[in-house]
Amino acid sequence: MSSGNRILQYSLAINEALHQIMAADKSVFLIGQGVKSPWYVGNTTGGLLKKYGASRIIDTPVSENAVTGTAVGAAIAGMRSVVVHPRIDFMVYAFDPVINEAANYHYMFGGRVCVPVVIWGIVNRGGEQAAQHSQSLHALFAHIPGLKVVMPSTPYDAKGLMIAAIKDNNPVLFIDDRWLYGIKGNVPRDMYTVPIGRAVIRKKGRDVTLISVSYMAEVSRQAALMLVKQGISVELIDLRTVKPLDKEMVLRSLKKTGRLIIADGGWKTCGMAAEISASISEEGFRYLKVPIKRITLPDIPAPASSVLEKAYYPSIGDIVSAAKKMMQKSA
Amino acid sequence: MKYSRTLLKNFYKTMLRIRLCEERFVHPIINGEIKCPVHLYSGQEAVAAGVCAALRATDYVFGNHRSHGHFLAKGGSLKKLVAEVYCRETGCSRGRGGSMHLIDVNKGMLGSTPIVAGTISLALGASLASKIRKDRRVTVSFFGDGAAGEGVMYESLNFAALNKLPIIFVCENNLYSTHMSLRECRTKNNIYRIGGYFGVRSYRSDGNDVLKVYERVNRAVKLCRSGNGPVFIEFMTYRMRGHVGPNDNIHGLHTDIRPKKEIAEWRKKDPIRKFSKYLAEEGVLSEKDLESIKEKVNKEIAGAFLFAKRSPFPKKEELGRYVFRE
Ligand SMILES: Cc1ncc(C[n+]2csc(CCOP(=O)(O)OP(=O)(O)O)c2C)c(N)n1
Ligand SMILES: [Mg+2]
Repeated sequence: MSSGNRILQYSLAINEALHQIMAADKSVFLIGQGVKSPWYVGNTTGGLLKKYGASRIIDTPVSENAVTGTAVGAAIAGMRSVVVHPRIDFMVYAFDPVINEAANYHYMFGGRVCVPVVIWGIVNRGGEQAAQHSQSLHALFAHIPGLKVVMPSTPYDAKGLMIAAIKDNNPVLFIDDRWLYGIKGNVPRDMYTVPIGRAVIRKKGRDVTLISVSYMAEVSRQAALMLVKQGISVELIDLRTVKPLDKEMVLRSLKKTGRLIIADGGWKTCGMAAEISASISEEGFRYLKVPIKRITLPDIPAPASSVLEKAYYPSIGDIVSAAKKMMQKSA
Repeated sequence: MKYSRTLLKNFYKTMLRIRLCEERFVHPIINGEIKCPVHLYSGQEAVAAGVCAALRATDYVFGNHRSHGHFLAKGGSLKKLVAEVYCRETGCSRGRGGSMHLIDVNKGMLGSTPIVAGTISLALGASLASKIRKDRRVTVSFFGDGAAGEGVMYESLNFAALNKLPIIFVCENNLYSTHMSLRECRTKNNIYRIGGYFGVRSYRSDGNDVLKVYERVNRAVKLCRSGNGPVFIEFMTYRMRGHVGPNDNIHGLHTDIRPKKEIAEWRKKDPIRKFSKYLAEEGVLSEKDLESIKEKVNKEIAGAFLFAKRSPFPKKEELGRYVFRE
């Protein structure tokens, strides 16, 4: 049965994706810190080592640059590599193989060789872990030509986008958030893909278009429910892919609502919300009844103290009050 | 007796202060009073104590995620350490950093950060600053065996040798890097040898014997001060607690992958027990002396915890403070 109503949690949906694609395609392998241990990657890699062995499930020393380069090089040599970084912050050591090499390879060699590598970075913030263990760096990668960036928010998309990312012939950043790992949802048993670059409307509405991605899509979903009760009808768009951006869907929605809020778990300056705002002012300016509102992290490193953390991360309340203000302005 | 009673007593006191403070963190971590990730230094005290005793107050050190011991041994305030672990405004990083970000500029502790190997090149820079200024300072870079997996360590060794920088690379080899044993990270257990390939004087030493640590580092400091650095030293040691938190109890599973026998063996080599036995045998300090030191230290620690818990949290209005120097 392909679409049985089976409920699975987000992290196990990723696990299933890996199991299925590795069974289907012998060129797929997984490398990175913690793939054989629950210490880092939750239960996303459970059972893989046992089933596929240490030659295709490779736990590594702390060597992000070399390990990521290894994944990129193997992809150049015909494998489909998945390299995982249990915290996206650790990946900063791997900027070179990702940004200079993987992203440019296909172009700078005139399309002679492609680089089917998935660079999987986990956002793992909160818990007073502070500045070096809490960053959301998707916008940095989205800035680079030649990279695609996906950020699923549901178990269904997590499985489908992981498989799509692995099947894609280009470097894809798969960025997930530990705060989503326990979320449950319907996940078909069969192998399927979710198209990269395609957003989805989670809830239809007519007053405000609310765009978000990853964990902020979950926060936005809850905000939209509250707003409905207060008489504000939100059209909720989950981008799923940060790059390439599904501009068409955003424009279509904006045409209807005339109001746009973008909620992103990254920083404000040069962030994802900034990019969407810029694109919309270029191509959808005439639809805007009021200025666009961005809800993002402030341009501040992540603090340790939970008191500061609470003030730092955007909340349901931030979205709700932004939407209300916006409606008042244009009433 | 080669060393003064005061020096020996200080070794003991420094190690005991670290140990008792670390052990005091266990309960509040377990009951959730402390939320930030804490990597306890219990078991490795002889390294911090021995290294820092060979340094001057003006010398520099940099640390990693497991740096409570480095901070205290270099003279950092116990109160400010505990307050930082409690993420309070009175902490050494004003509650912005937590356990993994310790600093005391006035004591030459220029920062500990949890990106593995992240501060090795920074220590290199501090030693370069000393060379340019001819201020005869020595810099110590503390890192673990895990950091020897990162390329930056190799780059730093080469650059330090090339420029004869006054830096001591101190690798605390506790045989594990999170869930990976050294055997899974390297084909050979000989990290100290790496330095040799770059022309860096390199040594391995018992990291659980504070006197051996002190002697080894003393010689290294002399070399560095006289323009004959850098030096690389690998200290063999063991952590008595989990990688993070009191034990490696993740998701309710006991995931400490270290063999029980190995743990038991290293317990016998506990650096503090070992040293107190030596002090008693040599007649440096009596049982009573040891007890009275312990009492004093415990009192100080109790005071520091009280101070931390009574300290205010950072104000949320000040979230944006310290992004830039105004
Ligand atoms: C760049 C980077 N990669 C991975 C991690 C996760 N991590 C934290 S501590 C650690 C192990 C470090 O081992 P070691 O250097 O031996 O220090 P120890 O914990 O044994 O004191 C790892 C891999 C990290 N903090 N930074
Ligand atoms: Mg170690």
